[in-house]
Amino acid sequence: MIPSVRRNLGTAMPWLIVIVGLLLWEASCRAFDMPEFVLPRPSRIIEALIADFGAIWFHAQHTLITTVTGFILAVLFGLVLGILIGSSQLAYQGLYPLLVGFNSVPKVALVPLMVVWFGIGTAPAVLTAFMLSFFPVAVNVATGLATLEPELEDVLRSLGATRRDIVVKVGLPRAMPYFFASLKVAITLAFVGSVIAETLASNEGIGTLVEQASANFRVPLVFAGLFVVSAMGILMYVGFAMIERRVTGWAIRPVDFGIGG
Amino acid sequence: MTEPLVNIAGVRLAYGGGAGTLAVDGLDLSVGPGECAAVVGPSGCGKSSLMKLVNGLMPPTAGTIHVAGKRVDGPLKIVGMAFQNPTLLPWRSTLDNLLLPLEIVEPYRGRIRRERKAFEAEARALLSTVGLAGFEKSLPRQLSGGMQQRASLCRALIHNPALLMLDEPFGALDAFTREELWDVLQRVWMERRFTTILVTHDLREAVYLADTVHVMSARPGRIVTRRRVDFPRPRTLQTAMLPEFTDLVNGLREQIRLERDDAAAAKESEAVR
Repeated sequence: MIPSVRRNLGTAMPWLIVIVGLLLWEASCRAFDMPEFVLPRPSRIIEALIADFGAIWFHAQHTLITTVTGFILAVLFGLVLGILIGSSQLAYQGLYPLLVGFNSVPKVALVPLMVVWFGIGTAPAVLTAFMLSFFPVAVNVATGLATLEPELEDVLRSLGATRRDIVVKVGLPRAMPYFFASLKVAITLAFVGSVIAETLASNEGIGTLVEQASANFRVPLVFAGLFVVSAMGILMYVGFAMIERRVTGWAIRPVDFGIGG
Repeated sequence: MTEPLVNIAGVRLAYGGGAGTLAVDGLDLSVGPGECAAVVGPSGCGKSSLMKLVNGLMPPTAGTIHVAGKRVDGPLKIVGMAFQNPTLLPWRSTLDNLLLPLEIVEPYRGRIRRERKAFEAEARALLSTVGLAGFEKSLPRQLSGGMQQRASLCRALIHNPALLMLDEPFGALDAFTREELWDVLQRVWMERRFTTILVTHDLREAVYLADTVHVMSARPGRIVTRRRVDFPRPRTLQTAMLPEFTDLVNGLREQIRLERDDAAAAKESEAVR
C-alpha cells in the first residue's frame, strides 16, 4: 500500500469503526424491535443529547473539573511516591505491599466513608478520582527509576554523583516515557472514579445525571451521559499522547526509521 | 623504578560478608603510570570484581589497594569507565552525553555553567579523534554499535582521568569493528598516555593493546602469570600476523586452559573428599 494512503487510513480508522458500530447498533435495534428502556437506538441517544444539551453540559463541566482536580492531585502524589519507592530500596520494600493492598480495596466501598467525612458533593468525587488514578503513576515512575543500568550507576557513582544527581540527571528523564504512559491510563481511571462517586453521593456531575435519568427510565439520556464521559476521556487521552510525543520523542522510534537506516 | 599508579596487594573479596563466596583471593597486581595492562582469564574469575575494587565502589574484604599513592576507601574520581554496553543516555545527543561526567565530577561541576562553550569544544575535539566528528548532535539510537562504543570511550575520557578502566569494551561488536576500535583506543592512548586496565576475554585484543598481560586464575581469582608484550607501537594488523604475536596468544590460551583444568580437578578432588 502507498504509505500516505496507509497513514490517512490509520487516522480515519477509529471514526470508521465508530460509525459502522453505531449503524449496526441502529439496524439491530430496529430489526429486533428493541424496547427503548432496555437499549435505545443511537439516533434516539443523539436526540436526547441535543434535547437535553443544557443539562448535560452543566453536569459534564462539573465532572470534568472534578476529574481533572483529582487527576492533578494523583499525578503530584504519584510522582512523589514513585520517586520515593523507585530510588530507595527500603521505601520500596516497606511501601509496595501496602500500596498493592490499598489498590485492591474497591474504591466504591470507600465512597460512603468519604460522605461521612466530607458530606455529599464534590469532595468524595475528587478523592475517588484521586485514589483510583495515583497508583499507575507511582508504579510507572518507580519502574522507570528502578530499571537504571547498573553499569551506568557505577560510572556515575565513581564520579562522585549523589543519589540526587542520579535521580535528576538520569532517573527522571529515563522515567518520562513510563510517566506519560501512566498519565493516559490514569486520566481514564480518574473519570471512572469521579463518575462512580457522583452516582452515589453528589447532586451534580454526569454520574448524578445518569443515576437520575435511569431512575426515571430515560435510558437514551443515560447513554447520552455515558457518551459524553467517554468523549471527554478520549480528548484528554489524545492531549496527553500529543504531549508525550513532544517530550519523550527520543523513546519513540520514528515510523519510517527502518527505511531511512 | 617509578611508583606504580595502581597497586593491589593481597586483596581478597568475599561476597556476602567474610564467610561468603570468594570472588578474588590473594590478588596482587601493579600497573605503572601510563601503562596499558590487560587482565584475561576464564569466565567467572572475578574480572568485574577487580573493576569495582579498583575504582572504590566495593571495599576489599582483606588487603590493600592504592591508586596514585593513596589508599582507596571510596569512589575514585580520577577513573574513567567504559563497559561492553555503551550505556549512553538515549535522550541526550552525543555531545551532551560526553558532557554528563563534567556535570557531576568536581572541579568541572562548579564551572560547567560558565565554561560550557570551552567544555563543548573539548568534547568536539575528543569526538573527532575517535572519528565521530559530525555526529555531535545525533542521538545514540542514530549511531551504530561501534559508534556508540566510541562515544562511550570519549565519555570515559572527557574529565581527563589518570586511569581508564575498560570492562570488555568491544565484546559486543563484530570482528571488523572491534579491530577498528583497537586502533582507535591505541591512538587515543598514545596521544594521552593515561594508565589503562583492560579486562577482556579476547586474547588477541589483550596482546594487541597491552604492555603487560595478566592472567587470572579461576575463581577465587588471583594473578597466575604476567607476560610483557614488547611489540613496537603503533601496532597494526600486520603486527597481529607476526608469528611471535600468534605464539604469545597461543601461550596465553594454553595457560588459561590449564587454569581451568586445574580448577576443575581441584573441585573434583574436593568432591571426592
